[in-house]
Amino acid sequence: MLPLAADVPFPPTVEDFYPPSIIPWGGDNVWFTKITLLLWLTVAVLIIYFLVAYRNPKLVPTKRQWVAESIYGFVRNNIAVEMIGKEGVRFAPYLASLFSFIFVMNFWGIVPVAQISPNSHIAFPVILALISWVLFIYLGFKKHGAGYFKHALVPPAPWFILPILVPIEFFSNFIVRPFSLAVRLFANMFAGHMLLLVFTLGGFAMINANALLTPISILSWLMTIALTFLDLAVIALQAYVFTVLTASYIQGSLAEGH
Amino acid sequence: MNLAEVVGSTAAIGYGLAAIGPGVGVGLVFAAYIQSTARQPEAARITQPFLWIGFAVVEVLALLGIAFGFIWQGTLT
Repeated sequence: MLPLAADVPFPPTVEDFYPPSIIPWGGDNVWFTKITLLLWLTVAVLIIYFLVAYRNPKLVPTKRQWVAESIYGFVRNNIAVEMIGKEGVRFAPYLASLFSFIFVMNFWGIVPVAQISPNSHIAFPVILALISWVLFIYLGFKKHGAGYFKHALVPPAPWFILPILVPIEFFSNFIVRPFSLAVRLFANMFAGHMLLLVFTLGGFAMINANALLTPISILSWLMTIALTFLDLAVIALQAYVFTVLTASYIQGSLAEGH
Repeated sequence: MNLAEVVGSTAAIGYGLAAIGPGVGVGLVFAAYIQSTARQPEAARITQPFLWIGFAVVEVLALLGIAFGFIWQGTLT
């Protein structure tokens, strides 16, 4: 009935996240895979889109320019200024790039044919999180000098509780923050891809097991469509959350002392 | 005699247990937001970033469960 689906492996495993090499085709060389290709495409799409949209700016914007302006305006007004305050405007370009980069990278997860987000490999979220980490620590030292340690580590509390609070603050500010930023983005994309795989491959697995299970297979594939819409929400939300958290860490570093 | 036998990965059970806490937590975050919006509708936009920050911070616990489920998965024999 479905010759292609004759032996679909079920359940999906972590192996499914490692697509074969493109050049040379199917080889063991892992330097150029679908993941690499999608990363380059993301960068190319963003650079070209924003350049084209702003090549010839009009007072009454064209549709393309309007979309680009809305993305930037959204990040500037609803994330940068709202979280950081007036000073946030100077971080708006970085935050807008971060937002659109993460959004497009995540979006590959539901684009037909691409169907996997590069962010489902932890390497990409780790680098993005490290940039945010270095950024807020750098800004803290620039603003407070050596006093940044006191600013970040010593909360206003009675002296006898400080031996407990300082290690906790250190752990949560300098270790958990970048770690959770990276893992949150990675795990969301990983889980999203896994869910879609489970329902798609599960449909094939059931139809192969018994022809009487066909209606349930169809139900399973309909679930895949519904989950794709859920994934769209998660994709946008994760891009937003990553940017908002980065902005809130920057705000924490720039805040005046207690 | 085996009364009940379980074969396979224990990670699924572990993740099921691990998802309870974040489930309650996310529920509380949204409950608090809905309540505050109902009491003070004009504050909805002001509290929204905190809603998403709180949601993200709680949600990461459930996602850590997924990631570590794969790292530490054991098999019942």
